[in-house]
Amino acid sequence: MKSLMKNRLAWPVIALAALLLLNQIFRPDFLSLRMQDGHLYGSIIDIMRNGAPTILIALGMTLVIATRGIDLSVGAVVAIAGAASCAYIAASPEPASPVTAAMAVLIAVLAGLLLGVWNGFLVSTVGVQPIIATLVLMTAGRGIAQLITGGQIVSVSNDHYKSIGAGYLFTLPVSILITAAVFVLAAVLTRRTALGILIEAVGINPVASRLAGLRSRNIIWIVYVFSAVCAAIAGLMISSNVTAADANNAGLYIEMDAILAVVIGGTSLAGGRYTLAGTVIGAFIIQTLTTTVYTLGIPPEVTLVFKALVVITVCLLQAPKARNLLRSLKAAPKPGTKEKVAI
Amino acid sequence: MSSLSTLTPLTVKEPSPLRSRMRGGARYAPTLATLGLFIAMFAVGAGMYPSFLSGQVFLNLFIDNTFLIVLAVGMTFVILTGGIDLSVGAVVALSMMVSATLLQQGWNPAAVIFLVLVIGGGLGLLMGLIIQYFDIQPFIVTLAGMFLARGLCYVISLDSIPVTEGFFTSVAQAQIPLPGDLFVSPGVLLALAIVAAAFFILHHTRFGRTVYAIGGNEHSAMLMGLPVTRTKVLVYALSGLCSAIAGVLFSFYSLSGYSLAAQGMELDAIAAVVIGGTLLTGGTGYVLGSVVGVLVLGIVQTFIAYDGTLSSWWTKIVIGGLLLVFILLQRLFARKTA
Repeated sequence: MKSLMKNRLAWPVIALAALLLLNQIFRPDFLSLRMQDGHLYGSIIDIMRNGAPTILIALGMTLVIATRGIDLSVGAVVAIAGAASCAYIAASPEPASPVTAAMAVLIAVLAGLLLGVWNGFLVSTVGVQPIIATLVLMTAGRGIAQLITGGQIVSVSNDHYKSIGAGYLFTLPVSILITAAVFVLAAVLTRRTALGILIEAVGINPVASRLAGLRSRNIIWIVYVFSAVCAAIAGLMISSNVTAADANNAGLYIEMDAILAVVIGGTSLAGGRYTLAGTVIGAFIIQTLTTTVYTLGIPPEVTLVFKALVVITVCLLQAPKARNLLRSLKAAPKPGTKEKVAI
Repeated sequence: MSSLSTLTPLTVKEPSPLRSRMRGGARYAPTLATLGLFIAMFAVGAGMYPSFLSGQVFLNLFIDNTFLIVLAVGMTFVILTGGIDLSVGAVVALSMMVSATLLQQGWNPAAVIFLVLVIGGGLGLLMGLIIQYFDIQPFIVTLAGMFLARGLCYVISLDSIPVTEGFFTSVAQAQIPLPGDLFVSPGVLLALAIVAAAFFILHHTRFGRTVYAIGGNEHSAMLMGLPVTRTKVLVYALSGLCSAIAGVLFSFYSLSGYSLAAQGMELDAIAAVVIGGTLLTGGTGYVLGSVVGVLVLGIVQTFIAYDGTLSSWWTKIVIGGLLLVFILLQRLFARKTA
């Protein structure tokens, strides 16, 4: 039991389980799944489907944060990717064909690749602080997205495109499958090769890892590209789910949710060790939190205040100073009371 | 001595070559570059549109950006210590919501303004305490502060609340005449007074010198016996207070409270400070530079309004571009002097 509690994933998993249990108590059919027209339905599926874009972006963010960086531009990349693909479909001669949809996806991913290369260039080659480097794209990005859409909400009607965000495959929503595929890919690439260790090395001590002969510049570049491509795919999901590109509101504040998911999942903002599985659980917690607010009948306006309190609590729990304080309280029990280990 | 051993591991920071090398006029170079850019943009505007070259167009830059000037002042303090405050836009919105709601319920305007300043300053103080005593990055703490303030706005109301109270409307409509048929709003005078106060504090008080010292090298500042902890906490309280003042000024300007107001204004404030020549790593910069930075952002908007064919989103792209140019210049500058 003790070793289980020491696992870094223990607390996020417990928090998620508690949230789910809370929902189950208030709505007895919460955890039930049912088949309808060959699709799986249920609150859990809804949480996963609505959380898919956040999970994707949080995966990219995890690797960026592991290198001691941060990527504030993901929300803007979401808007640009959605705008580019929808604008392409709307302008193409055959707006309903599968080829057009495939091209639109390609364009969005390429846009993400390009923006990631740009961020990586600023951080790794020019040496700008990550917050500031990605702030440039965060500021300009929504402007670029509006430039692409001409300031309008571009709506498209392409069933193939729509299936990315709203379709089903093997009884499951496509967006969940895409997210799962990216997760597996990222996990295999970083845990079955040396890449993961290299990323952690750069995050723990950039100077030492460079002196050890690591090409930290390339590694930093890779994580920013990965983050932007994840954001672009999330942008595809969000725009295809509503079959429209909204340059102003698509992915607004999603960078905050993603960072929050990473922190709740147990990856430290100081860089170094990271956990992709923790991030996924963190994103689930955030999405479940939103659902819980509805289930419990709390006015949805309070969600943001709730989130703020969760961020601060989690950060305080993670802070070494707060931990030391807790530890010293535990280590020095009041005189006269028998020592109890409360684990 | 025990406090020394618990210090955070010494981050090796080269003694800022910028400050030691630059004597006389050279250390004003980034700020002067911004001023040059501003004058050049004004000249280009005057060449393109005859009506651009008027005193009122220049004064309107102040009138339309009073709140941003005040925000940039607070942000300059924070960035000079090497921190960042992302909550300012949300605190502006919260101040507007609180004042609009309370005024609607018939509160005395003076009491409302006082309460708003207490809330803003208190929120900043709280964030500063968490940043300093729990050693959490300013970025994440002020992000949570932004969530909290924005969330409180939603809790107060989701609708736009008009301000019809007598004092606020009369201030909003007041014009202070200047010679030559020009005028400014009372808000401009307040903003300029705050800039003057900030200038005095930064350059002529111990607090101001400590702010610069922390930005230059926090560890040395602490070893020199400067009150690092107190100063860092106060800087965030000051930024919160400035945000609340900016919120009141924005209420005068827009005569309403809306929970989605001032969205992204923190980015404008940071952009103004950076364009004004303050180094994001802290230690170097001037509050007057930040004011020029705000004017540059203002003139970009004026340009787009004058042109008529350019759409509003060009503002964001141009601001992003300017931000990039100035960050790159800072890097170049830092490398050359190193």
